[in-house]
Amino acid sequence: MINRKYFNQGLKSLISSRSPAIALACSFIALGALFNNAGFNLQQSAASSFFTYALPGQLVMTESFLVGASLINIFLSVWLVNFRLYPMTVALVPILKHKSQPRWKYYLSCHMIAVSSWLIMKENYKRIDQKYRLDFWLGIGCGTLSAAVISTLLGYWISDYLTKEMMIGLAIVNPVYFLCMMIGAMNNIKTIIAVSSGALLGPVFYLATPEWSILIAGIVGGSIAFLIKDKKNGSI
Amino acid sequence: MDLSNNLILVIVVTSIATFASRFLGILTAENISDKSKLFDWFNYVAYSILAALITRMIIFPAGALLDSTLLIRLAVLSISIAIFLYSKKNLVLPTILSFILLTFLEGIK
Repeated sequence: MINRKYFNQGLKSLISSRSPAIALACSFIALGALFNNAGFNLQQSAASSFFTYALPGQLVMTESFLVGASLINIFLSVWLVNFRLYPMTVALVPILKHKSQPRWKYYLSCHMIAVSSWLIMKENYKRIDQKYRLDFWLGIGCGTLSAAVISTLLGYWISDYLTKEMMIGLAIVNPVYFLCMMIGAMNNIKTIIAVSSGALLGPVFYLATPEWSILIAGIVGGSIAFLIKDKKNGSI
Repeated sequence: MDLSNNLILVIVVTSIATFASRFLGILTAENISDKSKLFDWFNYVAYSILAALITRMIIFPAGALLDSTLLIRLAVLSISIAIFLYSKKNLVLPTILSFILLTFLEGIK
């Protein structure tokens, strides 16, 4: 059903020197503490991380809940803030596909798509036999999802001991991790253009439209990278 | 409706809104090969979106980071990247250090 060798290989990416575990732990510990302060109980906090598993959306949910937003408003703002998962999924599933893999595994695996797991898969997939990439991915996904849920619980329990300074310190870890991973991923001219134009356009568009800035910046930046000629590979 | 019931609904609605994008992605990807031009476009858009998200988190943060100054955030970030590059792309060191460094700098501010 699931190839154990490749699943374990994926799982092991959590204990390497390139591990996302620290970044995941820090951001979800902060989220758990936030849940506690917002009046969630332990089960609700764990359920949110397990079933949503997308930090920006969970933050928006908490803020909206606290100001008493309607369900439809919560749905729309979460949908918008987590919409990045759509292009990320389309850019991931084709490299996981293999005709020998059953359908349910794809549906299960798409729940585990998050920035950290996505970047790890993109970095490693070429060295994994296409037939077993989905098993490798499920290993990464189960590992990162578990780390997120456990860290949420931990943050919930220790929230009383976290000082304001520590909460600020925890919040920088995720951007640091993502930025380092992005720098590591910039190994061809088109990705370099995609990343740098998105990084520049994001804050610029934010001044005009905070809610849509990331999506618009991504579409514009990604299209620029797509259209630019890559002389070395001769594509477009 | 009492508060705790409402909160469960909020969590369910959030999870559905999030899963919708992932599920739509699976459906779209069904007939896309990893060698096609459309795949390439989605790939660069995804990278670009993530880059935009990261700079937004740093320059226009939400939540706890709002209480720190941009200069300190950029300093911590630069030091972390330097460590990443000089440690053969180790990610554990810069992530742990960024937490300690920013917590310390906020403490003495």
